[in-house]
Amino acid sequence: MSLVRTFILLFGLIAGFSVNIAIAQTDPESLRPLVNELAKGKYAETEKQIGALVATGDPAVAPALEALGAGVLFYRKSDGSVFITEKAGKTYKLTDPLTLEAKGEAGKREVKKIKVNNKLRRVIRAALGSLTLMAPDPEVRKTAAEAVFKARDPDSIEALDIALASETDESVQLIMEQARAAAVLNSDMDEAQKINAIETLSEMGNRDALSLLINVQSSSEGVVRDAATIAVEKIEKSIAAWDSAQNIWYGLSLGSVLLLAAIGLAITFGVMGVINMAHGEMVMIGAYTTFVVQELIRTSAPGLFEYSLFIALPLAFLASGLVGIAIERGVIRWLYGRPLETLLATWGISLILQQAVRSIFGPTNREVGNPDWMSGAFELGQMTITYNRMWIIVFAMLVFAGLMLVLKKTSFGLNTRAVTQNRRMAASMGIRTPWVDALTFGLGSGIAGIAGVALSQIDNVSPNLGQGYIIDSFMVVVFGGVGNLWGTLVGAMTLGVVNKFLEPYAGAVLGKIFVLVFIILFIQKRPRGLFALKGRAVEA
Amino acid sequence: MKTTFTKLAVAGLMASTMIGGAAAEETIKVGVLHSLSGTMAISETTLKDAMLMLIEEQNKKGGLLGKQLEAVVVDPASDWPLFAEKARELIEVNDVDAVFGAWTSVSRKSVLPVFEELNSLLFYPVQYEGEESQRNVFYTGAAPNQQAIPAVDYLMNEEGVERWVLAGTDYVYPRTTNKILEAYLKAKGVAEEDILINYTPFGHSDWQTIVSDIKSFGSAGKKTAVVSTINGDANVPFYKELGNAGIKAEDIPVVAFSVGEEELAGLDAEPLVGHLAAWNYFQSADTDINAEFIEAWHAFIGDEARVTNDPMEAHFIGFNMWVEAVEKAGTTDADAVIDAIVGVSVPNLTGGYSTMMPNHHITKPVLIGEIQGDGQFETVWETSGLVVGDAWSDFLDGSKDLIADWRAPLSCGNFNTATGKCGGS
Repeated sequence: MSLVRTFILLFGLIAGFSVNIAIAQTDPESLRPLVNELAKGKYAETEKQIGALVATGDPAVAPALEALGAGVLFYRKSDGSVFITEKAGKTYKLTDPLTLEAKGEAGKREVKKIKVNNKLRRVIRAALGSLTLMAPDPEVRKTAAEAVFKARDPDSIEALDIALASETDESVQLIMEQARAAAVLNSDMDEAQKINAIETLSEMGNRDALSLLINVQSSSEGVVRDAATIAVEKIEKSIAAWDSAQNIWYGLSLGSVLLLAAIGLAITFGVMGVINMAHGEMVMIGAYTTFVVQELIRTSAPGLFEYSLFIALPLAFLASGLVGIAIERGVIRWLYGRPLETLLATWGISLILQQAVRSIFGPTNREVGNPDWMSGAFELGQMTITYNRMWIIVFAMLVFAGLMLVLKKTSFGLNTRAVTQNRRMAASMGIRTPWVDALTFGLGSGIAGIAGVALSQIDNVSPNLGQGYIIDSFMVVVFGGVGNLWGTLVGAMTLGVVNKFLEPYAGAVLGKIFVLVFIILFIQKRPRGLFALKGRAVEA
Repeated sequence: MKTTFTKLAVAGLMASTMIGGAAAEETIKVGVLHSLSGTMAISETTLKDAMLMLIEEQNKKGGLLGKQLEAVVVDPASDWPLFAEKARELIEVNDVDAVFGAWTSVSRKSVLPVFEELNSLLFYPVQYEGEESQRNVFYTGAAPNQQAIPAVDYLMNEEGVERWVLAGTDYVYPRTTNKILEAYLKAKGVAEEDILINYTPFGHSDWQTIVSDIKSFGSAGKKTAVVSTINGDANVPFYKELGNAGIKAEDIPVVAFSVGEEELAGLDAEPLVGHLAAWNYFQSADTDINAEFIEAWHAFIGDEARVTNDPMEAHFIGFNMWVEAVEKAGTTDADAVIDAIVGVSVPNLTGGYSTMMPNHHITKPVLIGEIQGDGQFETVWETSGLVVGDAWSDFLDGSKDLIADWRAPLSCGNFNTATGKCGGS
């Protein structure tokens, strides 16, 4: 909501600004009947009314249109006057759509929202684009030019020419030229103009341009058609090349998710040899910890929301780690050396944990929000990279490095390795092996917990969260080689990339089956996985 | 004294299963067969609560045939064979007169033989793929012609969509629905290359490839839309990926058949504004009866934040139909109720009346809603009248000629009008 308000204020500024540079400027009150008209009629009428507002060419109508698109433009039932609203508890704060002055408050039942649908939002987007091409802020001009590009309205060519003449920012200028090209191709201008436009789009080279050019290709004739065909071929070729890069990226991203889910298991199963079917639930506990942290932040300190994940990380590690230690002390330590019983007991624990979470938090999904730095995407060439996936890759690598460090460089790591390699000798050297077992299991569970924090950003936070990852985690650990963290890393990345290269050809369902078959065959050939441990420790 | 005691006992033990034994002869028992644990608990638990609320309200109104109603709740734990066992337990051991339950098509299919064999009643509240009509089952959710077909019509006519992505989870409902939709689209003149069909496993969580496929499919110069039959849990990561990849509803709208208020409660709806869903009810429906229902629901569940959704309305309609049919028949006997319920008309929550048709499907309005920032839907289009649920699709070769009519003398769920025989194609 506050974002919308900022926008509105922004447009207010623009509106105010243009008063000073004085284009054809009318008295805001003369616009009021037109604005109030928006409250009447259905979608079709609203569309006409928007058209009438835009026809005034007055940027003062921009805030009203922006609010309409965002769904915060309401009308008062008693007199039909239109206001921009902001929800404040049970009432709405009213703002005048033209002067942007505060107009007091109104109860829920006194005002009614002016309905918009996708079609109207498109119309509004295009309208705002043409109204704000001359805005002082280059970011606004850029958004405006992008909106005009999508609208492809031949009527906007004139406005674009005027805007281009005074444009100083190169990146905005480029988008404006592209928008102009898109509009030209949709107009009845001469062939030379159109071929120029096709060249502009051909240089743009992305999917939007491709979409437009395919359209031109099918709707025109002669030279224009030939030019479009050449451009389409050129873009398709470059997109195909980028597609492989995109696939590798997707593979790495899937691999990092697998790595996060499996890395805790690589310790409990890989290093300790415990078949822990409740591993997925440790991930789930981590995710729910994130939910609880965000809830507390929402109610008591909303300003901290951007940092909620950093706060959740240590807490998730502790929560899952403690549950892990409790499981080890309570159940697993009685079952060392009896894998079948361990499997059944931990399976039972996983069901208990799921139902416990279901009883405490309810069976429905819980909303874990993405902080701003985890939302959205950026373009790299013709690749779209989403921030949440990128940060998860980075995070998975950090966790991996951190874990390596703990195991190789700390005395606790040394003890762990000693105990797993030769329990009796380690005990003779004075290492308290039961404590090392408990802490190692806690470490593995804690890592699963922080994986849960990351997974809460891309997946459901529901009691079933863990079940979706348990099979994949075992697959990764077995494939990579039991007892070897590097194996887990390489295994996860390999499976991720293989999966993503199969998916476009075989579909998601078959792709998954192929990967499973591949692993089964691979294990037949190399029963100890990619990186087999060698030496006497293996036989023990 | 005795009746007061009974009332107290019933009120106190409403949700418990067998403890009210002393009062057993005095009550009419209603079975509630919804998963309270396992994967489907996420959707079905709410329906169990809705049923308990409806039964409680009916008891406040004086019960049925002078007796109090008693809910018998069992937990089939999202385990399909267990559904059949629990259904048998409800009917044989607990002696219930009607069962409200099941969610997935596979769980419905698993209980069908039980209801047929023991001649009891099942009210099934979820939208499903059609191609079925059974004497003992009442389908109060939408058939494909009450959800999928109107949604596609809307996109075609109002949004001018020419290119279609049919994305679904890999199981019977999406596959059958997409088969019907594909046949329908082709009948409307959509070319083969303008339809992309994609299936994903249950609980799919990595949507990067598919979202990018949708993006590139959408860049062929024609207006593109996604028709999603993606089930339950997989929707959250799907919509998150859509939002992050910057696919806006204004450019490529997604219309979903399995995403309601309850599913949206699990995610931030702000990036999804404008994406669509087709249902027969939205919580935002602006009617008095709906306001009452929501108020009663909030009071019952003790949480103002809980939402209502379409399957809850289906149970509301189905339960009231059953009550009315029992009153009409004067008995809870299955055969008498099956005869009495056809033609029964009860208010739905969107301001009209729904009627039970001879094919055991009901009449409903079809609403298209756009997702709002607060996780609610705003109705942007609705059918002008009620739509009759069609058990057998008119767009599939095998089922074109079939009709269902459970009134005497036809009494057939798959009567073939071409051959004049009962028994399918």
